[in-house]
Amino acid sequence: MNNNYLELMKRKNEIMKKSVGIDYSLFESGSIAFDYEGMMDKVGYTLDEIRAIQTETGVGNTPMYVLRNLTALARSLAPEGKGARIFLKDEASNPSGSFKARRAATAVYHAKRLGFKGVIAATSGNYGAAVASQAAMRGLNCIIVQECYDSEGKGQPEIIEKARKCEAFGAEVVQLSVGPELFYTFLKLLEETGYFNASLYTPFGIAGVETLGFEISSQMKDLTGKNPDAVVVTNAGGGNLTGTARGLIKAGAESTEIIAASVNLKGLHMASDKDFNKKSFTTGHTGFGIPFTTVPDRSDVPRSAARPLRYMDRYVTVNQGEVFYMTEALAQLEGLERGPAGNISLAAAFAIAQEMDKDKTIVVQETEYTGAGKHIQPQLSFARNNGIDIRLGNPLNEAPGKSIILPSHPSLIRVQNLDLNKLRKSLIKNCLNDIKNNNQKNISEKDIHFLAAETKTSTTKVKEIINYLSHKMKEEKE
Amino acid sequence: MTTKKGDWVRIHSVLMDVGDRAPGVPDDTAKAPYELWDKGFLISDKAEIGDAVEIETITGRKIMGKLLETNPSYDHDFGEFIPEILSIDKQLKEIMGGISQ
Repeated sequence: MNNNYLELMKRKNEIMKKSVGIDYSLFESGSIAFDYEGMMDKVGYTLDEIRAIQTETGVGNTPMYVLRNLTALARSLAPEGKGARIFLKDEASNPSGSFKARRAATAVYHAKRLGFKGVIAATSGNYGAAVASQAAMRGLNCIIVQECYDSEGKGQPEIIEKARKCEAFGAEVVQLSVGPELFYTFLKLLEETGYFNASLYTPFGIAGVETLGFEISSQMKDLTGKNPDAVVVTNAGGGNLTGTARGLIKAGAESTEIIAASVNLKGLHMASDKDFNKKSFTTGHTGFGIPFTTVPDRSDVPRSAARPLRYMDRYVTVNQGEVFYMTEALAQLEGLERGPAGNISLAAAFAIAQEMDKDKTIVVQETEYTGAGKHIQPQLSFARNNGIDIRLGNPLNEAPGKSIILPSHPSLIRVQNLDLNKLRKSLIKNCLNDIKNNNQKNISEKDIHFLAAETKTSTTKVKEIINYLSHKMKEEKE
Repeated sequence: MTTKKGDWVRIHSVLMDVGDRAPGVPDDTAKAPYELWDKGFLISDKAEIGDAVEIETITGRKIMGKLLETNPSYDHDFGEFIPEILSIDKQLKEIMGGISQ
């Protein structure tokens, strides 16, 4: 068999079908629309089944903390009568140290049930540790494929730590240099080993996160007598947000506002060797968050079960310095030492709480473990040694890849709102371009309904956007 | 130091040379070869650092590469101290001291 890049990529669909056990064509319509809910129902598991699967391996049922001191601090900075109570769901208490254990639990269970001997996942982050931990519990082999080093052989301390953790759980860690060829290596390994593709984006992976939303609802009802007014979710590939929102809806928390938060890494190219070590966040940033929101089907499966724009009510960004600051504040004021990446939503919630009335509640939806390499000290130290300017000041002046500005006062922590309509337009435009490129028939009524659900808006709004875009495309042609 | 059969080692290999990289990668990335690092047990009887060797990984795969080190260790730590963090701590405590809860 020919394993050169282009030849192997041609076998992509065949390899994926075998390694994930899903025939995605069953849910396709031949046009833009595909049966998302059908896919989630037929291929996923029910909430009760997932709770049982996760309980078997000690996943979920994590504590919910009331952040009394951070709430008091936010109130002292907010206008009179403002300052929502801030809660935090401590997902670091999962066996592998993050919410990703929920996704891995269902994926690895499914692999075992289908009779696979091992699982493979492509990830430099917490998901690798989660898959490795679950595979250890279920007695499967595990290979984690990491993008790890730049061309000088330098790697982010956080990624190196993740490799150590995966190996601690008995996994083989294949480390690679920077580049999108990671996907090629991943496919090659799937073909060679016949292992299961424990993708982050399968229906069972996403359904695994639904328990998180469900638990938030029931814990908040116990603590406050009602569902939370807002939940802030760190957004990268969209699975965290999608699963949590679906779980909240299943628990009846339909009016809870779902707020996505990403670290602003504007200007850094994600496939660039030189930019690779200039960022201090390897996930939860806009480099993943925005492309995965506007083109969800860009992952390692043909149809992603993570479709964040379906559930998002608001999307904000925060700066790296603000997240590092809040990580320190969480340790100093609440006695909780947690990893920086998980605190992206904490930084956003701290600012957003100050816009909300005092009697409202806001939930920070996850935390992650911390330790050598994966901690504010080594990450800032690594950045400083890479020539990044680290200082106290106004985080608004932070330039990703050049500086990290720690707020000189907590009142400087602010969120920046992304325009959801712009993101909706972008998603619809990408779908229109797809059908144009494939010489497919025109858009049907079914497509319009699909796009309305896909962008959490009305069919009238979708038609408006399509009209606007086709006028613009015509103008561009002339 | 000679590495013996069965020793736990780390290897390195080049998967794609410059010029063979995937279409569309940024220029700086295209100028670098595509590299791989992995660990496993040495299959050959003995080898020196830099030799081309075959290993068996922890999942039982047999792969080739250049021998980098024997008994590879982790050296990531908490980095050099960042003094700015102390001024955050100090200021937070001062602010909290003035807040009646």
